[in-house]
Amino acid sequence: MKTLELRGVSKVYGEGPTEVRALGNVDLSVEAGALVAAMGPSGSGKSTLLTIAGSLEEPTTGEAFVGGRALSSMSRNDRARLRRRSIGYVFQDFNLLAGLTAVENASLPLELDGVSAKAARVSGMEALEQLGVADRAGHFPDELSGGERQRVAIARAVVGDRHLLLADEPTGALDSVNGEAVMRLVRAACQRGVAGVVVTHDAQLASWADRVVFLRDGRVVDQTSPPLGPESLLAPGSRG
Amino acid sequence: MSVRHALLALLSEGPKYGLQLRQEFEARTGEVWPLNVGQVYTTLQRLERDGLVESDDTAEDGPQKGFKITATGEGELSEWLRTPPDLASPPRDELVIKVLVARRLPSVDVGHLIQAHRRYLVELMQQYTRLKEDASDDDVGLALVVDAELFRLDAVIRWLDTADARLKRLPEDLADAEPSAVPRLRLRAGVRR
Repeated sequence: MKTLELRGVSKVYGEGPTEVRALGNVDLSVEAGALVAAMGPSGSGKSTLLTIAGSLEEPTTGEAFVGGRALSSMSRNDRARLRRRSIGYVFQDFNLLAGLTAVENASLPLELDGVSAKAARVSGMEALEQLGVADRAGHFPDELSGGERQRVAIARAVVGDRHLLLADEPTGALDSVNGEAVMRLVRAACQRGVAGVVVTHDAQLASWADRVVFLRDGRVVDQTSPPLGPESLLAPGSRG
Repeated sequence: MSVRHALLALLSEGPKYGLQLRQEFEARTGEVWPLNVGQVYTTLQRLERDGLVESDDTAEDGPQKGFKITATGEGELSEWLRTPPDLASPPRDELVIKVLVARRLPSVDVGHLIQAHRRYLVELMQQYTRLKEDASDDDVGLALVVDAELFRLDAVIRWLDTADARLKRLPEDLADAEPSAVPRLRLRAGVRR
């Protein structure tokens, strides 16, 4: 099932001489359980692609579908509910609320959606456990390391029954080993059935994805073939 | 990769048989660098000739012949571990040469060429990342070898990205200009002149 589908999506900011075309006629589908990376340099349209997929912005032309529903056919309230219930976001700088503990941050989307504080807390703890930071539940963000903060941010993004995970340079502020740990967790979330989209300029991060699409000047110019198994690297005589 | 020094390193742990050396070498380099049997025995013969290892005098040549490291071998291994690899001499990089040549050919779109190489390299990185993902947590040797390959490939992609951006920013008159007859920078055997 396609969890996310963009059909002919374009986004233009400004008008006349100040017009900027951030995205041009982008098609992209992400199945449940798959992780797709959109890779490109600054200004290639990566972040715009993510905000449209997450219904934070509307395309100028084209259509975005989440869970088979066209976002343009939904009311503003329905879109807000979809964002709270079905879509998780992970950003480079974590975006945790400083005044809330780890478990309060992780359970926040559910509380905002009207789930009782007690039930939301149970789900928040489950998400923290999945991400290996349950022992930090009562700590505030400034008491956590960068790696721990990003784990809490991912817990918040997958808490409850979310089926679309959108991440913007999620390992950008972390060292290589912590970055790898974060990508293993994103992969694990996808293996549980979440559809993931990661936008990045970083090839090492993109290489965790099942498929990499290359963005240039707002367009998808290329994409990787389905990866061969790692055993192809081990063929006798493949290396000197 | 120095098979010679890798075998000395394995023998510094204690005497071993030829077959055992081959198996341990492959296990510790994450099986990414397969060795053929002949390479192991030829290298062992040379190490023995140079006085760096000693073999059981009685045993026949073959997988069951035992070897141990000599004091000279220990010294050679220690020296090798501390000697920095030769990174000062730039390698003759085939990809750099291809992009330089492509710039001069009107029939070639350099941006497309760069993207084709970028895609291939990302696909290769996906395979290495999958290898690391599937490996058990205690297989540190594999993780180290795969990390090295990933950083190497990542560096090539970063160079392609930079080349792409640099060529796109070039004014058209410069893009079409003839190259100077004598390259301004000569790189030879580690000496920049």
